[in-house]
Parts: sequence; structure tokens; C-alpha cells
Amino acid sequence: MNLRRTTATALRVLAQLRRDPRTLAMILVVPPVLMLLLRYAFDSDLLLFQHIAPILIAIFPFVLMFVITSVAMLRERTSGTLERLLAMPIAKLDLLVGYGLAFGAVAVVQVAVVVAFVLGPLGVTIVGSVLVLSIFAVLDALLGMALGLCLSALARTEFQAVQLLPAVVFPQLLVCGLFAPREQMAAALQGLADVFPLTYAVDGVTRAAGESAWSGGLIEDLTIVAVCIPLALGLGALTLQRRTR
Amino acid sequence: MVNSVEVEGLDVSRGGHPVLHGLSVTVAEGTVTGLLGPSGSGKTTLIRAIVGIQKVAGGSVRVLGLRAGSVALRHSVGYLTQAPSVYRDLTVRENLRYFAAVLGVGAARVDQVLADVWLGDEAGARVDRLSGGQQARVSLATALMGNPRVLVLDEPTVGLDPVLREELWSLFHRLGAAGVTLLISSHVMEEATRCERLLMLRAGRLLIDDTPAALLRRTGQTDMDAAFLHLVRGSETVQ
Repeated sequence: MNLRRTTATALRVLAQLRRDPRTLAMILVVPPVLMLLLRYAFDSDLLLFQHIAPILIAIFPFVLMFVITSVAMLRERTSGTLERLLAMPIAKLDLLVGYGLAFGAVAVVQVAVVVAFVLGPLGVTIVGSVLVLSIFAVLDALLGMALGLCLSALARTEFQAVQLLPAVVFPQLLVCGLFAPREQMAAALQGLADVFPLTYAVDGVTRAAGESAWSGGLIEDLTIVAVCIPLALGLGALTLQRRTR
Repeated sequence: MVNSVEVEGLDVSRGGHPVLHGLSVTVAEGTVTGLLGPSGSGKTTLIRAIVGIQKVAGGSVRVLGLRAGSVALRHSVGYLTQAPSVYRDLTVRENLRYFAAVLGVGAARVDQVLADVWLGDEAGARVDRLSGGQQARVSLATALMGNPRVLVLDEPTVGLDPVLREELWSLFHRLGAAGVTLLISSHVMEEATRCERLLMLRAGRLLIDDTPAALLRRTGQTDMDAAFLHLVRGSETVQ
């Protein structure tokens, strides 16, 4: 690891994002707009909206970051710049952590916008601390980013990269407890939910919103999500082969 | 003379098909060596093996006395890929600044390489707004950035007008005179005359390892295309 190369990579990724204002706007505008839609979809049951809004505060950044980073990494592969970088004195982790820092900064802004919108104009109230909820949401965004970086190795084309969303993210969404309480699912699915990182991300934001003090469960969720991020980045580093066929 | 690149008995297969068959070549230090051959002859594969990013099935590739791809070599080998590999959505200067930081050279080097490839006026332009030839030169500037001792260039002059091609070749010779070892691939035979030494591949084997003048003399031809045809026909008769 080298600080200069990591920072340079982060600044370069941010410069690329700045050149793409439409993507930047979508990152910031799409989550609040979806929240607004949902608020009126649950117009007659605002209590239910109160319950799921914090979960979605975590899920939208997770999904968006997953898609953006898997495509960004794929672009790095197909443009030949990855091959060029790997022939240069840069560690794989410099590259991945650089991506992490850049998208992490974007995630902080994204989460701040959606949290402010949900707790402000949409009038959702939470029992827990806004800060803890926000920290969790940023970690979830970083988790999506790390999984995106790691799994983009499975995609050779942009079509394939986009298919990673239904293939990798949807199963996690379906069993994470958003659509049906996990306790009511078939035993096999509960086991599956236990190994999916998104389960802990969703459980964590639910607790962060609903509990006023730090519980053991919250700390456990936080730890698992926080450990999964470097783990996925490490796996991502393994997928970057300097020598290829 | 010292060899900067030593390839011995190199076997490479790609996608199950053998591309290089027991290839042995050397490139002397401080020379401009041309790597010629029709497309599909294995030029890019040999280049990738020398840069150390190609999986090889057998044989050895040593650069500056070290195993190709060694960590120490990543500072001393410059590599130009065939297709321009730079960030198309960034400006020329943003690209070069990034690679300068990765290579650990000062920002002053950015202006030097911009001047070397005659892109000073385009420094602020986004790469995807430039012509194909200009994009290729941004990529070349990146390969020059780290003051490499060995420069491996895969078709650097493709798509350039004759004036620019002339200027790039004189840049290559200036670098060679300064002690840099250059291996330059091309599928244009006419460019062979500009090299001090020629390596010509055909179907993954070394067909020619000679100086341009000696090659013309040996084949009794006046231009490279004819000399190449002469040798190919000769080798087919022998087989």
C-alpha cells in the first residue's frame, strides 16, 4: 500500500465522476425520488412506511454503488488501463482502496441527502440516533461498492455486468427481511440469509433506527458489515491478475 | 554488447492454440529494434511476455537481467498497448498527472512528455474529443512518463500521418542514443528500414534476425516488402 498512489487513484476516479454530471445527479437524486414514490405508495399506511424507510435508506445506496462500481471496474478492464496500471508499480490494493475512498466520499454525500430528505420533508421519525443510522447507511454503500468491485471480475461485457444486479443483489434483497420477516421463511432460506452480508446491513439499520441505545445485536451487525468490506476488497484484489492468458 | 531483453525457448498458447513456438530472441541495450510480421504472427504476445503480463507455457524471458514482470522492472519498462489505453473521459493532462503519480515522477515530467509527443496544445482537451492519432500519442506519452530503460511499443505509428510518423521515429532514435532500449512492433514493412535491427515473426517463429541493410543484401531486393516475400517463399520451399 502506498498513500500517494491510493490518493491519486481516488482523485482520478472522482475527476471521472465530475466529468459525468448525469451519473452524479442520478447518484444523488434517485434515492430521494424513490423514497418520495414509496411515501405515496404507502399513503394509507404511513406506519409501515415509517418502518421500511430506514431499511431503504441502506438498500438504495447499496444497490446503486454496486452497479456503478462494477461497471466502473469493468470499464477499467476493457479500456486497457487496468493492464497498463498492472504493468506499473502500483499495488492492487492501492487501486481498490483508491476506488473505495472515492466512492466512499460519494456515498457519504448520497446518504446525507437521502437521510435529510426522509427525516425532513417526508416526516419519518426514528427512535435511534441519526448519526448511527447514517454511519450504517454509508457502510452499506461501501459494502455494495466492495462487492461490485470484487464481482465485476465475473463480467466480461457491460451486458454481463448489468446482469450481476439480478444475479447477486436480488437474492440478497429477497431474503434480507424486507419482503417477509426472516423468521417466517423456509429454514434453507434463513440459512442463506445468515450468510448474505446484506441481511446484517438491513438488520443493522433497522436496529439503528429503532433502538435508542447500542445493543449487542447492533454492534454485531456493524462488525460483520465492517469486516465484509475489506474482505470483499481483498477478494477483489485476488481477481486482478497481472498475468493473463 | 549487453542484452536488455533475453527470450529463450518461449512457448505461449492462447485459448488452446499455440502462438509462440520455442521462440528465442535477444534485444541489445540502447538499440531501436523492429518487431515485424503479419497480424497474427505473435508480435503482441511476445511483447506481453516481455512486459510480464502474459502467462507463458515454457521457456524464460529476462529483462535487464531480471525475470520479466518482476516488481523491480515495473519502474524500468515502459509499455504502449496497441489500442490507446488511457481514460477517455479525462483530459490529456489529468491522464498524465495520474500516471505520473502512480510512477512517482514529478509533475514537471508531464510537460516534458507532452512536448515529446507534440501534444502541448491539447493538454486541456478531453481524450475522447481528440483524433485517433492524438489519442495514440497520449498513450505513448504515458509509456514515456517513467523514463523507462526499456520501452516496448506495440504499433506506435499506426494511423499517423507521414510527418508525425517521421517525428516519432526521430524521437525513438534520440531515446535509443540516450541508452534506452526500444522494441517497436509494426506490420508496415517500410518502417523496418528505420530500425537498427529487425526481428521478423511468422506464425510464432523467428524468421529473420538481421540488420535492414544485410537483409536487403542477402535477398538481393531493393525494398522490405520484396525482401520479406522472398524469404517467406524461400522458407516455404525449404519446408
